[in-house]
Amino acid sequence: MIYLQYLVNGLMLGGLYACIAAGFSLVWGVMNIINMMHGAFIILGAYIAFFSHSLFGIHPFFSMISAGLIVGAFGYFIQKGLINRVVGKPVLVTLTLTFGLDMILNNAMLAAFTADYRKVVLSESLGVAEWGGVFIPLDRAAAMLLALLLILAVYLVLRNSRIGRGILAVRCDREAAALMGVEVNHTYAMTFAIGALMAAGSGALMSAVFPFSPITGYLFLGKAFIICVLGGVGSIAGAVAGGILLGLIESFGGMLLGPEHALTLAFTLLLLLLIFRPRGLMGVRGFE
Amino acid sequence: MKTRHIILTLIAVIILAVIPQHADNYMLRIATTMFMYAILAMSWNFIGGFAGYPSFGTAAFFGIGAYAATLTQLNGMSPILSWIFAGLVAGALGLLLGLALLRLRGHAFAIATLIVAEVLREIANSWTDFTGGGMGLNLPFSSMTPEQAAAYFYYVMYVVCAFTFLCMLFTARSKLGFGLRCIKQNEDAANMVGINTTLYKTLGFALSGVFAGVAGGVYASLTGYIEPADVFDIMITIKAIVMALLGGVGTIFGPIIGAVAFLVIDEFVWQNFLEFHTGALGIIVVLLVLFLPLGLVSMGRYSIFGRRTNK
Repeated sequence: MIYLQYLVNGLMLGGLYACIAAGFSLVWGVMNIINMMHGAFIILGAYIAFFSHSLFGIHPFFSMISAGLIVGAFGYFIQKGLINRVVGKPVLVTLTLTFGLDMILNNAMLAAFTADYRKVVLSESLGVAEWGGVFIPLDRAAAMLLALLLILAVYLVLRNSRIGRGILAVRCDREAAALMGVEVNHTYAMTFAIGALMAAGSGALMSAVFPFSPITGYLFLGKAFIICVLGGVGSIAGAVAGGILLGLIESFGGMLLGPEHALTLAFTLLLLLLIFRPRGLMGVRGFE
Repeated sequence: MKTRHIILTLIAVIILAVIPQHADNYMLRIATTMFMYAILAMSWNFIGGFAGYPSFGTAAFFGIGAYAATLTQLNGMSPILSWIFAGLVAGALGLLLGLALLRLRGHAFAIATLIVAEVLREIANSWTDFTGGGMGLNLPFSSMTPEQAAAYFYYVMYVVCAFTFLCMLFTARSKLGFGLRCIKQNEDAANMVGINTTLYKTLGFALSGVFAGVAGGVYASLTGYIEPADVFDIMITIKAIVMALLGGVGTIFGPIIGAVAFLVIDEFVWQNFLEFHTGALGIIVVLLVLFLPLGLVSMGRYSIFGRRTNK
């Protein structure tokens, strides 16, 4: 029975992780850019939710939308103004640029919000459901469902909308897409904006689940890496599978080895996976 | 290197050798840090500059070197031997990791090296019996006065820095350096014309490890105290890369020039903005990548500081 509880915990973590990783994986897959700012975007979303809650009393589940839109717009302009200049350059250049931007953003958040840990404390919690000896905290369960809904929404946008089809076209063949009238720079910026939106949205959802501070951004960035490698880069399904897998690994690894080693375990698994199966469990070959 | 470069280098060597007689401890400390940064930037240059593999593993080598030197000194080894040992341990790590990780390319390699440092830090943090855990380790107390120690470590870092430079120069002109530059341009083609790419990359990575490891070992003696969060700090890697970028990636003089420029910026300009230190470094990084991707060495009509080795 205790195993069932860990399974449920892992699944609930996994839903949130999937949402974090889906945006990261989208940016990586479409532009071949690792966005080191992803962790900072998550934290920024969490802060927007925190202040919406403490100043205006808005529930984080609703400020998920505003956080996503604000940070998404921010991401659009960052990509349009700065990162578009280096798309297609060697890894060292793109990676260092986003790392430098992350240092600035992170430092700005530290100066503005201090390094104190914050967490949204809900006045009316949804409570805990018990079902056959397994306890399910309903707030977390709702956050997980909303995260999965956001992923589904992005998936539908990618498949059905004009901009979504543009993103997929640019990803397949940048030159051909440009010849067919797709505005590549705008499409890249929209891709980045969607990635930032998903980060901030999941950050807002997590503000009620985990304590956060500007320095915890790197933790989530690391997890996004692991999930992308686990699930494979560039597919939403891979991100969901990888996210849930990481949630389960952390949950059961924490049970077996103690929670302080859960992340080390995940990192070690990741190293092994990188060495033996670099394209991920569900990734496609040839997209480096 | 042309004659005037050799003369300029010799003048610099002599000036640097007599500095301790004429400078105070503060200046010596800064100069020592500068040498350390130059070593790290040059060590990164072996793999990141010559071969074009974006290694984020400098912190891993630095940290393992610091721990190797500290643990052997605590067991009675003399400092100088322990620094050499630190270099060997880090080089061996580079060799082992290289065999596994250098099969990866691009992002995967960058992430894998980044994670190695994180894993090593976590191991050092949790293996309390051996590494002292999060409390860190104190090195044996030295009997030198602060002035003597400052001058002593200045010379130690100086010698290590000069040795690193010579090794880099030698490598750049050897078959190994040629092979690494071929790998940077087109690895598959290099492989096809008969360059043993696996061997070359691994050697480059191991060399990168040796010098970063020695720097870590000397750093441990210099500060007298090490802890995981300090010596496996990701910022060590980032600074090494920024300095190489600042000076010129893959060039001979680039890393040194980058280290000097970086330290000048760091010490004399941004020490006035303590609250926004990381952000200021970030601004340098962004400006560099966007506007000066080939580094300071690339400025000017003709090359002042020798040929670009990656042409």
